[in-house]
Amino acid sequence: MEYETVIGLEVHVQLSTKSKIFCASSTEFGADPNEHVDALTLGMPGSLPVLNKTVVDYAIMLGLAMNCEIRNFNRFARKHYFYPDLPKGYQISQFEEPICERGYINVSFSPDSQRPIGIKRIHMEEDAGKNIHDMRTEASLIDLNRAGVPLLEIVSEPDIRSPAEAACYLRAVRQICRYLRISDGNMEEGSLRCDANISLRPVGEMKFGTRTEIKNINSFRFVEKALEYETARQLSLLKAGKQIRQETLLFDSASGSTRPMRGKEESSDYRYFPDPDLPPVVVEERWIREIRSQMPKLPEQISKELVEIYGLTPYDAGVLTSERDNVDFYLAVYDVCQNAKAACNWVTSELFGALNQQGLDISTSPVNAANLGALIKLIDSEIISGKMAKSVFEEMFKTSASPQEIVEKQGLKQITSEDEILSIIRQVFDANPSQLKSLLEGNDRLHGFFVGQVMKSTGGSANPKKVNELISREAQRLAGK
Amino acid sequence: MTDVTSLSIAEINSGLVSKSFSSRELTQAYLERIEKLKSLNCYIEVCGESALKAADECDQMIKSGRRLPLLGVPIAIKDVITTKGIRTTCASKMLKDFIPPYDATAIIKMRENGGFVLGKTNMDEFAMGSSTENSFFGASRNPWDTARVPGGSSGGSAVAVAAALAPASLGSDTGGSVRQPASYCNVVGLKPTYGRISRYGLIAYASSLDQIGIFSRTVADCALLAQSLFGHDPLDSTSVEMAIPDLSKEIKRGIKGLKIGIPKEYLIEGVSKEVLQSVQDALSTLTQLGAEIVDISLPHTEYALACYYILALAEASSNLARYDGIRYGYRSPQARDLKQLYSLSRSEGFGKEVKRRIMVGTYALSAGYYDAYYKRAQQARTLIAQDFRSAFSEQCDVIACPTAPTTAFRIGEQSSDPVQMYLNDIFTVPVNLAGLPGISIPCGFDSQGLPVGLQLIGKPWDEGTLLRAANAYESSTDWHKRFPEV
Repeated sequence: MEYETVIGLEVHVQLSTKSKIFCASSTEFGADPNEHVDALTLGMPGSLPVLNKTVVDYAIMLGLAMNCEIRNFNRFARKHYFYPDLPKGYQISQFEEPICERGYINVSFSPDSQRPIGIKRIHMEEDAGKNIHDMRTEASLIDLNRAGVPLLEIVSEPDIRSPAEAACYLRAVRQICRYLRISDGNMEEGSLRCDANISLRPVGEMKFGTRTEIKNINSFRFVEKALEYETARQLSLLKAGKQIRQETLLFDSASGSTRPMRGKEESSDYRYFPDPDLPPVVVEERWIREIRSQMPKLPEQISKELVEIYGLTPYDAGVLTSERDNVDFYLAVYDVCQNAKAACNWVTSELFGALNQQGLDISTSPVNAANLGALIKLIDSEIISGKMAKSVFEEMFKTSASPQEIVEKQGLKQITSEDEILSIIRQVFDANPSQLKSLLEGNDRLHGFFVGQVMKSTGGSANPKKVNELISREAQRLAGK
Repeated sequence: MTDVTSLSIAEINSGLVSKSFSSRELTQAYLERIEKLKSLNCYIEVCGESALKAADECDQMIKSGRRLPLLGVPIAIKDVITTKGIRTTCASKMLKDFIPPYDATAIIKMRENGGFVLGKTNMDEFAMGSSTENSFFGASRNPWDTARVPGGSSGGSAVAVAAALAPASLGSDTGGSVRQPASYCNVVGLKPTYGRISRYGLIAYASSLDQIGIFSRTVADCALLAQSLFGHDPLDSTSVEMAIPDLSKEIKRGIKGLKIGIPKEYLIEGVSKEVLQSVQDALSTLTQLGAEIVDISLPHTEYALACYYILALAEASSNLARYDGIRYGYRSPQARDLKQLYSLSRSEGFGKEVKRRIMVGTYALSAGYYDAYYKRAQQARTLIAQDFRSAFSEQCDVIACPTAPTTAFRIGEQSSDPVQMYLNDIFTVPVNLAGLPGISIPCGFDSQGLPVGLQLIGKPWDEGTLLRAANAYESSTDWHKRFPEV
């Protein structure tokens, strides 16, 4: 029997607000343990939460980007469980009334295969702290810097059909969050975390199989690996006629396998109820309109425009739109040079190549978009050759100077004047009478020899296309004489 | 010079300004009396040193001509309100050594208006109780009969004012915890509209019902304190931005034509005849003062107690989850692993009534019971609030009834029967459920010489009218001038 994999993801996105969701403490990553805590973060008696409105702004923004309905009447709920990294004994979250529901995003699984993945809900909540188990002293230490950092939990419909698709979906979610600048989506720092629900069913069957949940997967690679392992595990059980147990699993990246979570970490009854400390948040149409007006263009839309208006290939469009900074840079280069294809080539191969080599990214690029655009313009107006441009670019990358400055300083200007080139050709012809004779007798191989000589005597600065043309023309003229 | 400890805030103000006595002398007099009447077990902590220091600062300010509504007035604070650098215990072993690094907003406002902390008063543990017997530090005693309870949960704060151990005090009222002890102790006790006084720094029992309240000797003093403490606080999202009238002026207008509603559902069995008689007499007085008595109906009253005990306990089970022995508070020395750390710290750190309430609340929120209990209780709460809304919109300006069904009972008398104990709150809990302001004022004594309180209930945000009615009554009676002999 053939089986189909059914996957749904729960993605936690840490928002890049300055302060926490319910207090003024900073959300900065990497501070000393318990540096960003206050009475509320510590769950001190008498402290009260006050909602950071930016979190709602971000939730609305993501909801709109994911084509969701935005709830008008929002409530926060308390989710109870005991754990040392949860200072109040409950997490403030949303339960029955998430801010966003019933959306979808179009995910490209390859340059020519795209499918919508349903978004069941997005809700706002606070993060917990971290427990650190010190093996040396056998002590458990608690760092509450992360406690209270705002999260959006994005729950997909079970529309994903393979581990590879799951990774594509997760990348798409990350990409959207980064475009909206609501999160850095950094999986290593934990700003993007993922739980996966997975089940198998016979192809053609409508009913879902028994699912398992894999918790806390912390890299794109592991998402795929964990789901591949789990697919294989479930498949072998089903093929052997055994039942799948509904359970929560942890992925062990060292062994590449999943194992059941211990019962304690798996809480059963969270006793949700509306948080009486936080009044309902009413999201009026006006609020949504205001957020909509601040939204940047999303990758899907830009990608479409790059193909349809700029004439790029879907592949190139995909590379450029992977990050908002990249496509913004590309568009700025294009604005200067007006050459879509050349701008794409220079950005994606030369610039990205050089940045990669130096371990830099577009935001720290020594070459800015205006200068790269100017370089392309110099090529297009034949002031420098493509070959010269590469060395100019290297210099630009080293010094951040403008291409005009470099060309000026190094006397790299291309000779394009026909008269100038012609006079050099004549000099070269005069200096090589026997080769000229041979050329005029029809020995075409010597054409290349003369091009080489002309380029040599101009130090490579003559426009090779023109040199070619003019040698042919001059040879014809002499032959016809 | 009369005994300064018997003066109202208004009298203290003029005494300080006329230099009849200093704030230090006043504070010293209170500290001596507190020492003398230790057996009432009214204070958990007396802040002698810091109070005298604050008094000296106030005396300096008075000398330099500063005038503030509470300048130089020492005030007793229920130990459920956080005070920076002063131990705040909630009368619990759990927090017996807890020193908060922050003041409650109400404390900050009190200080800004010239008041200072005289001491922290005894209470039922985590404000759970109606007698101040459930305290880790032992029961407080009613100064009118020391074999009896002062009421609760703000018993210590009520005793402080009644026995002249403070000119005024702050308490908290979740289901009657200010009004009922005020009634048992012959003092004025105000629970303002929910959202009037910031809850920041009020250690939560049931967040949707908790409200800081005021104890004082006179309605005018109550107005003075209310004026200082009311107002929106950005640190409490449930506090509300609402205009505050000049209460001291407001209370002096008479009550001619004021419509006072008497709910027929409040004439229930179990209310003492003597209490009813005192309340009847009070109503006659109010009528003579120009008020009009109207019969009203609050048909959903019978659900109030059940509704209250589900919602309050559900919220309490959540609010008290933070006391886990991890970051602060009591930690069991016996604990060997995480599970024990939780279960032992909590079972050793909390008293019996607190544990009972956490268990009931946890049950009410559990999967499978939530709809039957919590949800239904919320629906009942809406209906109860609706009852008041229609009464106020169509029939009356304030509602009058007894504050409690009986006068103070004996220590130990009801502690074996929690349900009987919960009945003490029958007239007070509907007010919290509806978020309304309520006040208890002295209205007589029973044959055993125990005080009776009259409860007046007002429209939301209309403490002005409420205090006006209370003041009119007080002005024509002298129950409030009686002091217990202790």
